[in-house]
Amino acid sequence: MNPSCFLNCVRQDRRYNRGRGLLKDMGMADAKMTTRRLAVHYGDKLALKEVDLQIAAGEVTALIGPSGCGKSTFLRCLNRMNDTVESARVSGEVTLDGQQVYGPGGIDPVLLRARVGMVFQRPNPFPKSIYDNVAFGPRLHGLAAEGDEMDQMVQSGLERAGLWAEVKDRLHEKGTGISGGQQQRLCIARAIAVEPEVILMDEPCSALDPIATAKVEELIDELRENFTIVIVTHSMQQAARVSQFTAFFHLGNIIEVGATEQVFTAPRNELTQGYITGRFG
Amino acid sequence: MPHIVKSFDAELGKLEDGLARMGGLAEVQLAAAIEALDTRDSGLAARVMADDSKVDQGESFINEQTVKVLALRAPVADDLRTVVAALKVAGEIERIADLAANAAKRTLVLNQLPPVAPMRSLIRLGRLAQELVKDVFDAYFNHDAHRALSLRERDQELDDVYSSLFREILTYMIEDPRTITPCSHLMFIAKNLERIGDHATNISELSYYRETGAQVTEERTKRDISAFMGIEPQE
Repeated sequence: MNPSCFLNCVRQDRRYNRGRGLLKDMGMADAKMTTRRLAVHYGDKLALKEVDLQIAAGEVTALIGPSGCGKSTFLRCLNRMNDTVESARVSGEVTLDGQQVYGPGGIDPVLLRARVGMVFQRPNPFPKSIYDNVAFGPRLHGLAAEGDEMDQMVQSGLERAGLWAEVKDRLHEKGTGISGGQQQRLCIARAIAVEPEVILMDEPCSALDPIATAKVEELIDELRENFTIVIVTHSMQQAARVSQFTAFFHLGNIIEVGATEQVFTAPRNELTQGYITGRFG
Repeated sequence: MPHIVKSFDAELGKLEDGLARMGGLAEVQLAAAIEALDTRDSGLAARVMADDSKVDQGESFINEQTVKVLALRAPVADDLRTVVAALKVAGEIERIADLAANAAKRTLVLNQLPPVAPMRSLIRLGRLAQELVKDVFDAYFNHDAHRALSLRERDQELDDVYSSLFREILTYMIEDPRTITPCSHLMFIAKNLERIGDHATNISELSYYRETGAQVTEERTKRDISAFMGIEPQE
């Protein structure tokens, strides 16, 4: 077992407890975010059942599982996006570098979302210029003065999103006018312009063609050097390609979490095996 | 549990069936080679040599089918291990059949020469190899990881018999130089049979990997000591 692995999961449900001892071997150091007994209700419906998970710093963690398994719900808890859902009730604990995300002493949600950015399934650039899309966050948080400083910030964001060469001559055209793949990378540029620490991605490639997908995947690999990334994906192959750790969700529980290589070559749990090999789902 | 996409099961089934056919063929080849040696049956030996190409065709089929499944289905977890193991096991089976065919080829020469005494021990070694190969295939196709692992130990018995046979053949050659030609062939056949045991052991390890996802890391004790033997009888 790779000693640098540091994802851990403690199952509250006995049926799924088999991998627990093994996961301890993976160590606990350097978790960027941690959830403890994180549960979410939508009205009366329990969508997430007291999930414990550690998100490894500077790595890509993929969340996989069938529709309705709670993976997107879990992701949205990490930067309080579920606050916008009226019927959602969150209990348990989420921490970012040890600081509480929820509760009275929690990080201010606006600051939290600057530190934990998000990229959605469908590219959703603002109906503004490419430049303004990237400058939006820095302006909101007062990170740069207009002029050269802002120009620098926009350029850096676009460069890191691998988009600069393609749009540098049309920065003042509408962000909605470029291709779907470029729009998604623009959204990533917008997310990283405010220098977040964690980037959450909710099926970022499901609306993209294979070439645009490959570019985003390459980008994810590069971004890993500076950011912690959590990605929800329905593509098992994508999870296998981009992540270092994989967590499998089923019916609101985490069934198995481990190094991606282990999960895809020798999963410990039969449910995981059944799901990733296409025997149920 | 079957796959949601039934054609995936069909593709994996073709791979498993092809491998089972190949294994069955190799078993028959090995049994016939030993029989030909035992009964000095040149006709049977010639057939074994001719039929070796069937095993080679079996291996080609497995190679193609493996590449197809990898390319079109991108298997993971136990499916991936099944495909990878099939590719490697097919290679091991091909080697087993090849070594059996080589024994048959030497039988044709041996049948031109007067019989030599160590033949009886050689047949015993052949039967041991044959049994081991059969048991290893049974464990593989019955998905019995623990049986597969326990069979690794059986190869040591084969090594022991081979080492003592080596010494026995050497003694005959020293005693009567006229037996050097047939005894040299016997020596090569014995080595072939000992190698067959090694390939069978590799299959048992692949069997364990396929079922559990774990590699067998523990080194196996090799008891073939013939490589260290000199001409002088050892004290």
